[in-house]
Amino acid sequence: MAALSTALKWPRLPSVAAAVFQRALASTTSAAVAQSLPEHVKIVEVGPRDGLQNEKVIVPADVKIQLINLLSEAGLAVVEATSFVSPKWVPQMADQQQVMQGIQRYPNVSYPVLTPNLKGFETALKAGAREVAIFGAASEMFSERNINCSIDESLQRFEEVMKAAKDANVPVRGYVSCVLGCPYEGNVSPIKVAEMGICTVDSSVAGLGGCPYAAGASGNVATEDVVYMLNGLGIRTGVDLQKLMEAGAFICKALKRKTNSKVAQASCKL
Amino acid sequence: MGNLPASIKDCLSAGLDIEWIATGDHLSLGQQNNVSPALPEFVKIVEVGPRDGLQNEKVLVPTEVKIKFINLLSETGLTVIEATSFVSSKWVPQLADHTEVMQGIKKCPPVSYPVLTPNLHGFQAAIDAGAKEVAIFGAASESFSRRNTNCSIEESMQRFEEVIRAAKKASIPVRGYVSCAIGCPYEGTIAPTKVAEVARRMYNMGCYEISLGDTTGIGTPGDMKEMLQVVMKEIPKSALAVHCHDTYGQALANVYVALQMGINVVDCSVAGLGGCPYADGTSGNVSTEDVVYMLTGLGIHTGVELSKLMEAGHFICEALNRKTNSKVAQACYKP
Repeated sequence: MAALSTALKWPRLPSVAAAVFQRALASTTSAAVAQSLPEHVKIVEVGPRDGLQNEKVIVPADVKIQLINLLSEAGLAVVEATSFVSPKWVPQMADQQQVMQGIQRYPNVSYPVLTPNLKGFETALKAGAREVAIFGAASEMFSERNINCSIDESLQRFEEVMKAAKDANVPVRGYVSCVLGCPYEGNVSPIKVAEMGICTVDSSVAGLGGCPYAAGASGNVATEDVVYMLNGLGIRTGVDLQKLMEAGAFICKALKRKTNSKVAQASCKL
Repeated sequence: MGNLPASIKDCLSAGLDIEWIATGDHLSLGQQNNVSPALPEFVKIVEVGPRDGLQNEKVLVPTEVKIKFINLLSETGLTVIEATSFVSSKWVPQLADHTEVMQGIKKCPPVSYPVLTPNLHGFQAAIDAGAKEVAIFGAASESFSRRNTNCSIEESMQRFEEVIRAAKKASIPVRGYVSCAIGCPYEGTIAPTKVAEVARRMYNMGCYEISLGDTTGIGTPGDMKEMLQVVMKEIPKSALAVHCHDTYGQALANVYVALQMGINVVDCSVAGLGGCPYADGTSGNVSTEDVVYMLTGLGIHTGVELSKLMEAGHFICEALNRKTNSKVAQACYKP
């Protein structure tokens, strides 16, 4: 506890945040239980994939590799590294193989990659991927516009990926987008989504990745802000907030943009 | 169970009680489910942009712009708009034109236009300028009280007594603020019992409502809950409001927790005006647009029209030559 608070360097509010963190850590179990909240939340860091994918500035492979390495050092257990999708669709992810092969693999850290189809899956495997993700949608229109096929067709593609993944002993994560609303269809019926006892949260360091459906708007929630909240609630994440902010500062500098994280804005000198 | 996805079927067969309330062609979680407590049906928004917001903006805005800004806000359905502060212009140059603003705005019933009055002198000037409601600003932190208002908590209470006495004589309602309700930029964490003590004193003096402010924005939902639990032992929840800052991105979550505890008055600032004076370049007040968006989504009435609110926000951001801090405005506003 003491080590954590001294590890936190808050240039402007030296005592405040450390004290809050200490209090939160001291009452971890009882606080989390009393509020019926999970004791531990797994953060899935999607900055290097979902974040960068939606940033206009293309960053070179070595910057991506450095970002992922910094995130690994921050204590994250899952860092979504890249996407094995055609570079025609997502130019930012064209260096997918180079990134996959260039990153430092920390034990206890998983580096899933998006694989929209069998071809992408096979390429991912060859590049050393050990976990993959498939990306579906709860909205028919979004599916057609975003991945060029109907929900049913996408599920067929996913079946192929799943079969190959099972054969290769590779775990598969599934995404369902448009769970609350679709940029084309509007409200999405919540009956399509089940939400019980969630203890895994996806977020993007520095809140990378604007919203492609509303120019100038923000998109992904910032990992720093989520971790700050979870820390305050006494929920363990294993993430070192200070190191996370360093990773965020690094990538924002490379992207020449300001962070979208409120915690980072409040805590760091630019 | 027909067409329900397997996951929902599993939940239902496991005996988990999911209550859905159908409204139109989509379902909302309504107010009752077995996971979260009931939320209020109505929330009163206290718009602090023209005072707390502008006070913390570097760019000085001319009187006629402030007047137009407040007039635009009056048309949104807001029922409380904090118009200005009768504090010495030496301390707050932005609000030096308090008398002209108060006299220049269009007063639209049923809207109330409270003004800050730190002492009797300010109170007199406010009444002379036509104010019909005032607010006093205390703190749960001794250091903050001294640095911010140049006096100890005890001394500030004496000043408040004078204001409240005069206000009672003139039949003027008084709202009380307690800042540093969770953390203080100088002292760190503030004990909820201290917050309750200061709030109780102000309430017993005669404030009809006490707004509890997370001045530095460091609070997370657990802190908000703990503080409110302690304060609510001393003051009825119907007389409480929350004033959350978004400096650490926690404001909406903190507001939500307050709603779950039965609080139904929320202070916010259009366009999220008013950065945090204790952390350069960071945000402060939570944006009214974002709060109204959330409340509307929860099925809670506010009476506020979001599109008109965004127009007011757009107007003042142009005048201040700055971008809005409201995520909703960033996503939706099209002039």
